Amino acid sequence: MITVNYFARLRELTGKSEETIESDSMTVQKLLDWAEDTYPGFGKSTVHVAVNEEYALKEDIIQSGDVCAFIPPVSGG
Amino acid sequence: MMKPYEIVETPIEIQKYADYVLHAGAGAVTVFTGNVREWTHGIRTLYLAYEAYIPMAEKKLAQIGAEMEDKWPGVKVAIVHRIGELHISDIAVLIAVSSSHRKAAYEANEYAIERIKEIVPIWKKEIWENGEEWIGAQKKYPEGNGSE
Repeated sequence: MITVNYFARLRELTGKSEETIESDSMTVQKLLDWAEDTYPGFGKSTVHVAVNEEYALKEDIIQSGDVCAFIPPVSGG
Repeated sequence: MMKPYEIVETPIEIQKYADYVLHAGAGAVTVFTGNVREWTHGIRTLYLAYEAYIPMAEKKLAQIGAEMEDKWPGVKVAIVHRIGELHISDIAVLIAVSSSHRKAAYEANEYAIERIKEIVPIWKKEIWENGEEWIGAQKKYPEGNGSE
């Protein structure tokens, strides 16, 4: 089971801030593909993924128990 | 005891952070505040709503502090970003840097705000009289005819 968090535009698009996905392991790319398929307009090409609070590469493997977050373009400051 | 790298939901007190970085070896302290601006490209902001992925944002602020210490040895740093609803002139972000001589304090301070805008998971939504938009996200312009 993988936990995913949504923020800002993506929280509003999905209507949720957190959910769990039944999967033992998947790549970051796979997670982005899943999000785009599940939530039209997700805009995966502009979204980064953090795994356990650190930016991950698209080929990185997410394991069951990991906490992921979709990071749309940041705008702090 | 205050955290030198933190996300807060209450007004930012400047003095607290300036005091934190000050020490006997410091000959310079720079304090930058980023404040809520009313007008942006001719559009009037009513207020801003910030949100953050708090645990990761605090880690990334600390990472920026470590990068600064690496590039400008001897600097002492505090960075705080506020989230929630912020109104005109409120402080959204504060960066305090001390160094033995002024050049490092100025340079490191500017470096910090540029890095914050690149890597820290914080998001700003602008709320106008006739619309709203997550900044950094896909553009969504206000609908209807504004009176301005």
